[in-house]
Amino acid sequence: MKIVIIGNSAAAVGAIESLRQHDQEAQILVISEEPHMIYSRPLLSHYLAGEIDKTRLAYRHADFYARHHVQAVLSSRVVAIEPQAKRVHTESGRTYPYDKLLICTGGTPIVPPIPGLAMQGVFSFTRLDDAQGILHYLGSVPVRRAVVVGGGMIGLKTTDALMKRRIAVTMVELAPRILSAALDETASRMMTNLLCKAGAEVITEETVTAVHGDGGRIGAVELRSGRVIPCELLIFGIGVRPNAALAKEAGIMVNRGIVVDEHMRTSAPDVYAAGDVAEAYDLVVDMNRIVAIWPNAYRQGTIAGANMVGVPRTDRGGLAMNTLEVCGVPAMSIGNGNASGDDLEILAELEERQNRYKRLVLQDGRLIGAILVGNIDRAGIYTGLIRNKLHIGTSSARNTDWRRSLMSEHFGLLSLPDAYRKHIVTGAGIEV
Amino acid sequence: MRLAFVWQASSRAKGEGQLKRIIVHEEYCIGCRLCEVHCLVQHSQSHDIIKAFKVEQPRVMPRVTVEESGPLSFALQCRQCLEPSCLEACISGAMHRDERTGAVICDESLCVGCWMCIMVCPVGAIQRNLTGTRIASKCDLCYGADMPACVAHCPNEALTYEEISL
Repeated sequence: MKIVIIGNSAAAVGAIESLRQHDQEAQILVISEEPHMIYSRPLLSHYLAGEIDKTRLAYRHADFYARHHVQAVLSSRVVAIEPQAKRVHTESGRTYPYDKLLICTGGTPIVPPIPGLAMQGVFSFTRLDDAQGILHYLGSVPVRRAVVVGGGMIGLKTTDALMKRRIAVTMVELAPRILSAALDETASRMMTNLLCKAGAEVITEETVTAVHGDGGRIGAVELRSGRVIPCELLIFGIGVRPNAALAKEAGIMVNRGIVVDEHMRTSAPDVYAAGDVAEAYDLVVDMNRIVAIWPNAYRQGTIAGANMVGVPRTDRGGLAMNTLEVCGVPAMSIGNGNASGDDLEILAELEERQNRYKRLVLQDGRLIGAILVGNIDRAGIYTGLIRNKLHIGTSSARNTDWRRSLMSEHFGLLSLPDAYRKHIVTGAGIEV
Repeated sequence: MRLAFVWQASSRAKGEGQLKRIIVHEEYCIGCRLCEVHCLVQHSQSHDIIKAFKVEQPRVMPRVTVEESGPLSFALQCRQCLEPSCLEACISGAMHRDERTGAVICDESLCVGCWMCIMVCPVGAIQRNLTGTRIASKCDLCYGADMPACVAHCPNEALTYEEISL
C-alpha cells in the first residue's frame, strides 16, 4: 500500500506515528513544500524571543523518518491531485501514485493588500523561514521599534517575543479589543494592561494601510486614521487562511477548509485531510469548523492514519483552546470561554490586582468554556468536564457541593462526583 | 469493596507484554503524604531527604499530589493514559512515550513551559515547576523501577503497583 502525505507538520507526524503503530508494511511518502525537517511552529515565537536555539525547534528526533520508514520529499510543492487516477503532481513535474492520500497543507498567513509590502523589514510569521528572515534582519538592521498587525494569538506571541528582545512594539488590532476570539472583555483588558505596563502600545479598531520607507527598507507604517508610526520592522500576525485550493481544484468538497467526517475522510474516496486545512467536528459548538491549533492537528492526524490502514477510529471532535502568557502571567482559553448570552450561566471571579481571573460558562447545566488568568493549575479538569459534557446542574436546581466547588481555589478531583471521577480514571478492561 | 477506583495507569513492564498500573485505594489513604515526600527524594539529585527539601536548586517537586477533603483523601499521579492528551497537545515534543518502559514522560530538556499539557490533562496530574527553567513536572513511574517510590513507601497500601492484562 502506498500512502502519500502532503504536508510535514503536526498532522503528518500524528498520522505517521499512528500508521506505524498499526502497519509496518505500508510505504509512506511525505511531500513538503518547506526544506526543513519536522519542526514545531508554536515554538517559533520562543525561537524569535531567543529562549531556545534552532535545534530545539525539532518536534521529533532527527531520525524520525528513518525509524518510521518514511520517504520524505522536501522542498517540493504539490500542484495537482487527481482523485480518480489516484496520483499527485509536483511543481517539478514528478508524479506520485497513492492508495491513500492525506492532505495536511495547513494555512497561509493573511496579509492585507497594501502598498509597500515588498519593502525590507516586512514579514509574516508562521514558518521557520519567516523566523530566520526576521532574525537575520534583526542582526543586520538596528530595530528599536516594531509594529505587529493582529491582536490574536499569533500577534500576541509575536509581540511578547519581540518585547523579550527589548524591541518597543505597537500592536494594531482591527477589532475593539485584543484576543477577542479567545478572551472575554475582562481577560482581554487584563492582557492589554499587562502589555501596556511592559511598554507595548495597543491600538484597537485600527489597521495598517501603507508601508513607508527609504531605499527599499521600511521606515514607518501608516494607519487608517492617517497616523504614522515610525518603525524598522512590521510583522503580520493576523491569522492564516487554509491551503485548500489544491483540494478544491481536485473537486473535493471545500467549505472554508476541506470538509472531513469523523474518520477524517474527505468527499473523495481514499483522500483524508487533517490539521489547519481541515474543517472537522468541534464538539463545543456542535458543528464542523476549522480550529487551527496544534493538538487538534496532531489528533486528527492520528485518526486519519489509523483509518488509512483500515483500523477504524472515530474522532470525538476537538475544541478551541490555547494557552498564552503575557509578561509572566499565564492565561488559558478553553472552549467557549468568552461566550455570553441570556441562555448562558456565567460564573466569574476577578482579583485584578493579583492578575487573577476565572470565568466559567455553563449552558443547560453543562460547562462549555473556561477562561483562566493567573492560576492555571489543574485546568485540564475543566477541559475534561467540557469534553465529557458532564451535567453539572443549573443554578435553579439544588446546588450540589461539587457545583459550588467549581469556582474554588482548591478545585480538584475530590470536588467531582464519585461516578465521574471513576469514569475519567478508569481505563479499558479495568474493573471498578 | 477492595478498590474505590482504579486508574487507567499503564506501563509496559520490562520485557513483558503485561501492563502495569498504579492503583489508588482511596479508602486506605490516610493522607500522610509520605508518597509526596518519597517521590520528591526519588527525583532529587542528592536522594537525601534533608538536602532535597532544604538545599537543592532548582526546587524538586513531588509528582504525586495528595488531595484531601475532610475524611476523604487520595494520592494522585499521572494515569498513564493509553491515548494521552498531553502527548497530543505538547508543542515541543517533550512529552513522549518512553520506549523502554512505556511510560508517558516529559523530557525536561525539551520542555518550554507552554502549559498546553496542563490545559488538557483530565485528572490535573501535571504541575508547573517554575523554580529553574520552566518545565512541566509529572510522574515518570520512576523510570522503569520495579516499584515506584510512592507505592513502595505507602504505609497503608493505598497505592499498589499491579499487572493487569487488557
